Amino acid sequence: MNRYALFVAVYLALLPGVISAQPQRELRWGGDAEGGAPYVEADPADPAHVVGFDVEVAQLLASGLGLTPRFVQVGFTTIDAEAARGDFDVGLSGIEDSVARRSRLALTIPYYEFRELLTVRADDRDRYRTLEDLRGHRVATLGATLAYDLLVDAQARNGIIPITYEDDVHPYGDLALGRVDAVVLDAILAERGVRRNPSLANQPAALAVGHYVGILAPGRAQLRDRMNQILRDAMRDGRLEAIFRRWNVWNQDQPRLYARVLAGASQYPVAASSLVNSAGPAQVTVWRVAARYVPALLRAAIITVALSCLSMALAVLVGALIASGRVYGSAPLRVVLTAYVEIVRGTPLLLQLFVLYFGLAALVQLPAFVAALLGLGLNYAAYESEIYRGALEAVPIGQLDAARTLGLSERQILMLVRAPQAFRLALAPMTNDFVALLKDSSLVSVITVVELTKQTSIFAANIGSWVVPGAMCAAIYLAMSLPLARVARRIERGWRQA
Amino acid sequence: MTMLAVRSLDIRRAGRTIVSGVSFTADRGEVVVLMGASGAGKSSILRAIAGLDPLGGGSIDIPRPVGMVFQFHHLFANMTARANVCLAPVHVLRRPRAEVEIRAQELLDSLGVGHRAGAMPHELSGGEAQRVAIARALAIEPRVLLMDEPTASLDSARRGDLAATLKRLATEGRTIVVATHDAAFAETCAHRVLMIEGGRLQSS
Repeated sequence: MNRYALFVAVYLALLPGVISAQPQRELRWGGDAEGGAPYVEADPADPAHVVGFDVEVAQLLASGLGLTPRFVQVGFTTIDAEAARGDFDVGLSGIEDSVARRSRLALTIPYYEFRELLTVRADDRDRYRTLEDLRGHRVATLGATLAYDLLVDAQARNGIIPITYEDDVHPYGDLALGRVDAVVLDAILAERGVRRNPSLANQPAALAVGHYVGILAPGRAQLRDRMNQILRDAMRDGRLEAIFRRWNVWNQDQPRLYARVLAGASQYPVAASSLVNSAGPAQVTVWRVAARYVPALLRAAIITVALSCLSMALAVLVGALIASGRVYGSAPLRVVLTAYVEIVRGTPLLLQLFVLYFGLAALVQLPAFVAALLGLGLNYAAYESEIYRGALEAVPIGQLDAARTLGLSERQILMLVRAPQAFRLALAPMTNDFVALLKDSSLVSVITVVELTKQTSIFAANIGSWVVPGAMCAAIYLAMSLPLARVARRIERGWRQA
Repeated sequence: MTMLAVRSLDIRRAGRTIVSGVSFTADRGEVVVLMGASGAGKSSILRAIAGLDPLGGGSIDIPRPVGMVFQFHHLFANMTARANVCLAPVHVLRRPRAEVEIRAQELLDSLGVGHRAGAMPHELSGGEAQRVAIARALAIEPRVLLMDEPTASLDSARRGDLAATLKRLATEGRTIVVATHDAAFAETCAHRVLMIEGGRLQSS
């Protein structure tokens, strides 16, 4: 036994050395294949492989370096943090050049220029020409992008309401459905959105211009310089043009960009990022940006608290009805309620939120907050009902018999004798559930509700670091959950003494 | 005057016969004791009389409401002694609360636990809890009072007090049916003792 343990320890100690001693044969490149066409997406013919122009750019870089490309799936909103950690050699996924990225990562030269376009319903083409026309209206985009920064800026100047999505497909679907009144995203996505939804139209004027770059860990400037040389060569000999032509995204902006890059321009225009850029790259400090994000985080915290309290109220109400039905109801009712509890507990909350918001959109278009409230409330109702059922059944049968001999109706027994005692038993697990719900409320960001965690991830993506945003977010969550636990403990203590 | 008439009572539980062919009557002001070992069927007979369990056969004639005091008292744990006594008069008999509270205090005083009216059930001793349970049962003004194993949690001095209380309640015109295996207690309070064995009435 000891000899075996020693062998394992020695093996584990030697393992990293064995691995690092091997020469690098692969170029590990990171991208997000979820809804990532035409950048990176799973090949419809063979979902195990990825296709897209960024896949071909990665192949171009790998072959120039004499390596084999290997794809690493990463989340679009966390790609900067993973690049900085060195989870892959280079990130390529329609990643926008920005001041924040330049300050934290090693960036390649730009290899594609895009325009930010405003997409509206074709009927609104003359009404909503620019962001100025959209005061008080909901405008959608993808979180953690230049377009998001444009919308935050427009929120301050023009009073639009920015709505963020996790992917680039649903903003256009929701625009067609009327849930939002415009979408701002880059031209590649905007043109694809209009192709998929014929009732939409793109406004011709560009709101901003940006560039796609590759991102590397800050210490890998040498590899970045080799990649830049490969990209310049491909710009000269037409290999990049061939890639973009294959994916139907080649246009006259690209030769102009390539001419500037090949002429040795050191400053490429960086699209305005209102929150980071306006301070000027030299003065940007994390603390200064953090201070600017405090109001947004507090607003998001209010959404989190409101959503959690309302969802919990719904969960308690529905949970109590389900528990009463399961304890007092007829056999068929008990079967139906048990099925509800098992289905809700047995499927992910995330899936339930998707079904409520996107799945039911053809039948009923719930506003995002209402869908979030229903999703969380009805999900937690299943858990609450089990707590209440257990608590109701824990009240001694003898007390119920005593109440019956006194002539109380079953309803009176429930309301006057059983439920008050059950509630005391249920309080501790209910508090526990409320704290869990407070944190689970972060899942609703997938249906466009910007609550505390989502706001934090947008903040982190924009400044390129999770340290300060993460600490601020955790502090706000703790400030919300600790007093709650304290109040519950005090109530319990009071009851024990009573 | 006959207050309670049990005729050919059968009780079955889970396909098993617990009580078979039991018949007896009890008069106004009478204390009737059902005596027998544990599991003889005494408690089942009381529960059937109280209307808590269905009859397997036979019939029971009794004026409602019926007061019942359980072996373990079963006071409502979420309310004070006084609130336990007031609950049914307020919510079933629909009497005004002020009036009910005065009457509840009188009942608790008469049973010697008036000073414990504000206590929660878990703060009461076994004897106190039993007297509160008797007050609760009497608060609905039953003409028949059923008591299941009333001496189980009492010392010998308290047993004497309880016997005296039951006799007083009987003198006031109530019919009292007690289920017990305590022969000495039966002797001190019963007008009539019925022996139950294996779910059948043995002798009177």
